[in-house]
Amino acid sequence: MARVEIYTEACKSCSYCVISCPKKTLEISEKVNSKGYLYAEQVRPEDCIGCMMCAQICPDAAIEVWR
Amino acid sequence: MAEERKVYSRTKGILPDTVSGFCPGCMHSTVHKIVGEAAEELGQLDNLVRVEGVGCCGLGQFYVSCDETIAAHGRAGAVATGIKRSSPNSLVYTYQGDGDLAAIGLAETLSAANRGENFTVIFINNGIYGMTGGQLAPTTLVGMKSTTTPLGRKAEEHGYPLHICEIINQLTAPYYIERVSCDTPQHVIAARKAIKKAFQYQLEGRGYSIIEVVTSCPTNWGLDTLSSLNFLREKMFAEYPLGVFRDRGKETADDSSAKV
Repeated sequence: MARVEIYTEACKSCSYCVISCPKKTLEISEKVNSKGYLYAEQVRPEDCIGCMMCAQICPDAAIEVWR
Repeated sequence: MAEERKVYSRTKGILPDTVSGFCPGCMHSTVHKIVGEAAEELGQLDNLVRVEGVGCCGLGQFYVSCDETIAAHGRAGAVATGIKRSSPNSLVYTYQGDGDLAAIGLAETLSAANRGENFTVIFINNGIYGMTGGQLAPTTLVGMKSTTTPLGRKAEEHGYPLHICEIINQLTAPYYIERVSCDTPQHVIAARKAIKKAFQYQLEGRGYSIIEVVTSCPTNWGLDTLSSLNFLREKMFAEYPLGVFRDRGKETADDSSAKV
């Protein structure tokens, strides 16, 4: 079972991870961080395959992957 | 079930618990990340010296964990020459944008390349001046609007976009020249490989290497992050095709295998 861990304070809502995820497990949430950005979160963690595409593309190195 | 383990962690090349100062969707921070990862893979994080240009790339001073200095505008090539010659065992790279490297610092860049100085240049080409507010850069595409060309760049008035990799490819001394991008995970991985290879060549004392990274600037292009990716792929890649321009290491490897 794979999962991702998102450091939400660093997320800037660019949604590069959302379009890069082959299983579409990530989405931009309705919640904001302290800088006012709507951060990404994993809405379907059971579909995650731990391919690290989101972590590779994330400009702010906010995503860490466990597998 | 096997025990869960961390397969991707934040590189030590950037400061922990720090948020970069770059805009959303900016690929400067991606490049900072992959430079840190490349140096970490080579075990050179403690040995890494960064010379920064002026502009958005200067925001990296609050984000990276390696030793660094900021050169006068455009002069990173000259400063890196001094650092590398006085401390030849350090892994030195310059980090410059297009307004820094291709405009005011063109002389220093070409002179350092022509001397074949043994350091690595990471050149961020987003076709516009970022920090100063979206003015025309030498790399701006024909027809592209900027704050100093509100009707778009006209070739007869402002000239044509400058292709740095192609220009440096005319020189004899440079060892490794490649143009990469960071718009997809695959391109990010390829860019990291290119940077790692350039660092490897530098550690082996092979000479000058330049990695041009074609990136987007959503803020000054006036696009949202995902439209800026489309613009990058459709317009920027047409003007600046990705690929390896020169790789002497590969050429010599091919030659030696041909002889055998």
